[in-house]
Amino acid sequence: MNPIPTEWYLFLGGGLFTIGVMGVLTRRNVLVILMSIELILNAVNINLLAFAKYFQSVDGQVFALFVITDAAAEAAVGLGLIIALFRNKETVNADEIDLLKW
Amino acid sequence: MIFLDFIWLVLFLPALGALIQLLWGRKLSNTAVSAVSVGLPGISFAWALGCFFQFLQLPVHTHTNVLYTWFAAGAFKLADGSLGQFNVDVGFQLDPLSAVMMLVVTGVGFLIHIYSIGYMGHEGGYYRFFGYMNLFMFSMLTLVLADNYLMMFVGWEGVGLCSYLLIGFYFHRKSASDAGKKAFLVNRIGDAAFLLGMMLTTVTFGTLNFTQVTQLARSGRFSVGDGIITAICILLFVGACGKSAQIPLYVWLPDAMEGPTPVSALIHAATMVTAGVYMVARSNALYVLAPTALALVAAIGAATALWAASIGLVQNDIKRVLAYSTVSQLGYMFLACGVGAFAAGIFHLMTHAFFKALLFLGSGSVIHALAGEQDMRKMGALWGKIPTTAKTMLLGTLAISGAPLLSGFFSKDEILWQAFASPYGAKLLWVVAVLTAGLTAFYMFRLFFMTFGGNSRVPHELEHHLHESPPVMTVPLICLAVGAVAAGWVGWPKVLGGSNRLERFLEPIFENPAMRPSSQHTWSLEFGLMLLSVAVAGAGFYVAYRWYIARPEAPERLAASAGPIYQIVLNKYYVDELYDALFVNRAKDLGNGLAAFDLGVIDGSVNGVGWSTRLTAELSRLWDLWVIDGLVNVGAFAVKLLSYPARVLQTGLVQTYAWFITLGVLIFMAYYLIHF
Repeated sequence: MNPIPTEWYLFLGGGLFTIGVMGVLTRRNVLVILMSIELILNAVNINLLAFAKYFQSVDGQVFALFVITDAAAEAAVGLGLIIALFRNKETVNADEIDLLKW
Repeated sequence: MIFLDFIWLVLFLPALGALIQLLWGRKLSNTAVSAVSVGLPGISFAWALGCFFQFLQLPVHTHTNVLYTWFAAGAFKLADGSLGQFNVDVGFQLDPLSAVMMLVVTGVGFLIHIYSIGYMGHEGGYYRFFGYMNLFMFSMLTLVLADNYLMMFVGWEGVGLCSYLLIGFYFHRKSASDAGKKAFLVNRIGDAAFLLGMMLTTVTFGTLNFTQVTQLARSGRFSVGDGIITAICILLFVGACGKSAQIPLYVWLPDAMEGPTPVSALIHAATMVTAGVYMVARSNALYVLAPTALALVAAIGAATALWAASIGLVQNDIKRVLAYSTVSQLGYMFLACGVGAFAAGIFHLMTHAFFKALLFLGSGSVIHALAGEQDMRKMGALWGKIPTTAKTMLLGTLAISGAPLLSGFFSKDEILWQAFASPYGAKLLWVVAVLTAGLTAFYMFRLFFMTFGGNSRVPHELEHHLHESPPVMTVPLICLAVGAVAAGWVGWPKVLGGSNRLERFLEPIFENPAMRPSSQHTWSLEFGLMLLSVAVAGAGFYVAYRWYIARPEAPERLAASAGPIYQIVLNKYYVDELYDALFVNRAKDLGNGLAAFDLGVIDGSVNGVGWSTRLTAELSRLWDLWVIDGLVNVGAFAVKLLSYPARVLQTGLVQTYAWFITLGVLIFMAYYLIHF
């Protein structure tokens, strides 16, 4: 049985990344944006694992574990931010959050 | 000498009573109020009697008791250029003149206090009434016992205050509070003149002490007719006119009858209104140096006597008749002083205190019996109903009319004789005085007959209410009636075999070489004039009897036929209206004018300043808005215009920025792919 070639992993990772970026850039709901960021992180994880297998090195796998931990922490903080935002602005719509404007 | 050493107790006992009543009287029962406020003047009267008898023992008939120096103003320059030392003491001087006044004030005052227990028993503010009465006694005694003009003035103002308070005692009645204000304001005019007279005395004599002023005046330094002395005397007399209700300042006294009747008796008949006579008599050493002022005093006195008596002829309010009678009798006293017979003036003052207090208290008893009715047209035939009041009133009426051997007879005839025979006298003054005596007898018997004689005109429902007053009111009446009969006996004239002890007693005060009895007039002339005046008084009595008892319809017919004249006299010659038109309304006009000036000019200028400030502020605001702000806004607008391209990039939306980042990364990647 032939092993799955590394390129396929990279195509999958690139596809997931593109979907995630497009979600972050186009969706209005902050929750969906947060989910899209999870997609980007997981696309990176796939890339890390693919290269770890290719180079027969464990470094990439350890790095992926760090990224998963980071994603969990980021999700907790992100959800807390969203709840605080909703309490103050009564909205989760990214269009209406324009405090950075001049 | 215990009494004389503590002579100040005579004043301070009533003052203590006033203090107690005005501080705690509200909490005391009526019995306690009466005990304190009648008891203390009673002790004060007893003390005054003690003082008097000890005083008679003294070798020199002047006793001065200086408590302390009130103020020492230091050296100052007198009118004649010499240096004077101005000191005023709080001191009390008892000499024959002030002794007579002290006894009259404490004695009559005490009787009236007793009477008030009965008269005021049913009134509200019982303690307030007695507090004021006690305060009045204190002020009046300060006035008569002071040893200098300034302390006398303190008492003078004090009695004025008490007069105001007591006239307005029924302050919820507007007429009463108005009358109080009127009395106070009219008195102010006189008081201002008194004050000026005192200042002139100070710069002329350098002292206000009675003894020193008298000594300096008699020292020969001033000639008779001296201008400055004349000015002092006239100013003091204007002060006396205010307090003693003489033309032209008499208008307050009839209105003062709004006060309770005991007040009218004590303040507006027996004591306070005689303060002016006392003051002129006290200044006799000055007046004999100013014949012009003496003539003015005599003329005003005689004119007032006749004027007030003529108004009294037609009044229907029992107290008003007595009020005009008081003004008229005060005129007599001033007439006596004006012809240099100060002793006769003081004599009449004393007898008048008795019979006028009696008449007022008697009228109060009548009013009390009739439940407050004061109109004599609703009285009549009360002789048998209230016998004690009626009999004592009869004695008072006889005394004031000059019935022989009663008190008023002696004092009035002394005045008439002096007006005729004194070197300062004049026949015209005598004629006016005799005419007044006839009018007095007429209006007093008119009052008596309308009240006690003829047919009853008392409303039917009041007939049952008629009752004699309780003993607490009738006993003072009887005491005063005894005084009204007998008080004149101390001045029994030589022509009737007496020795005129009062005049001899007062002689040290009134020594005046010009008044030595002249030999031109014989005893028979004096006796003849006396008979004539009695005959005139008798005629007054007869006319009153004819009109008010024998033919009661006559007065109305006469009033109808006299028409306008009757109306003019009934309305008191319209003097109040004249004063209103001349002074009161002019003062109001001045007030209104000043108010309009305030409103228009003062307020107007303040408002103008405010308006112009607002105008400049508005201009400044517009300059700021259009020019200053405009420049700033133009700069800001330019910046805004230039910054437009940069601004559209910044949406504030994180997603937009994420788009830019992504596009940037893609551009870099594209560049990399193309070149490598």
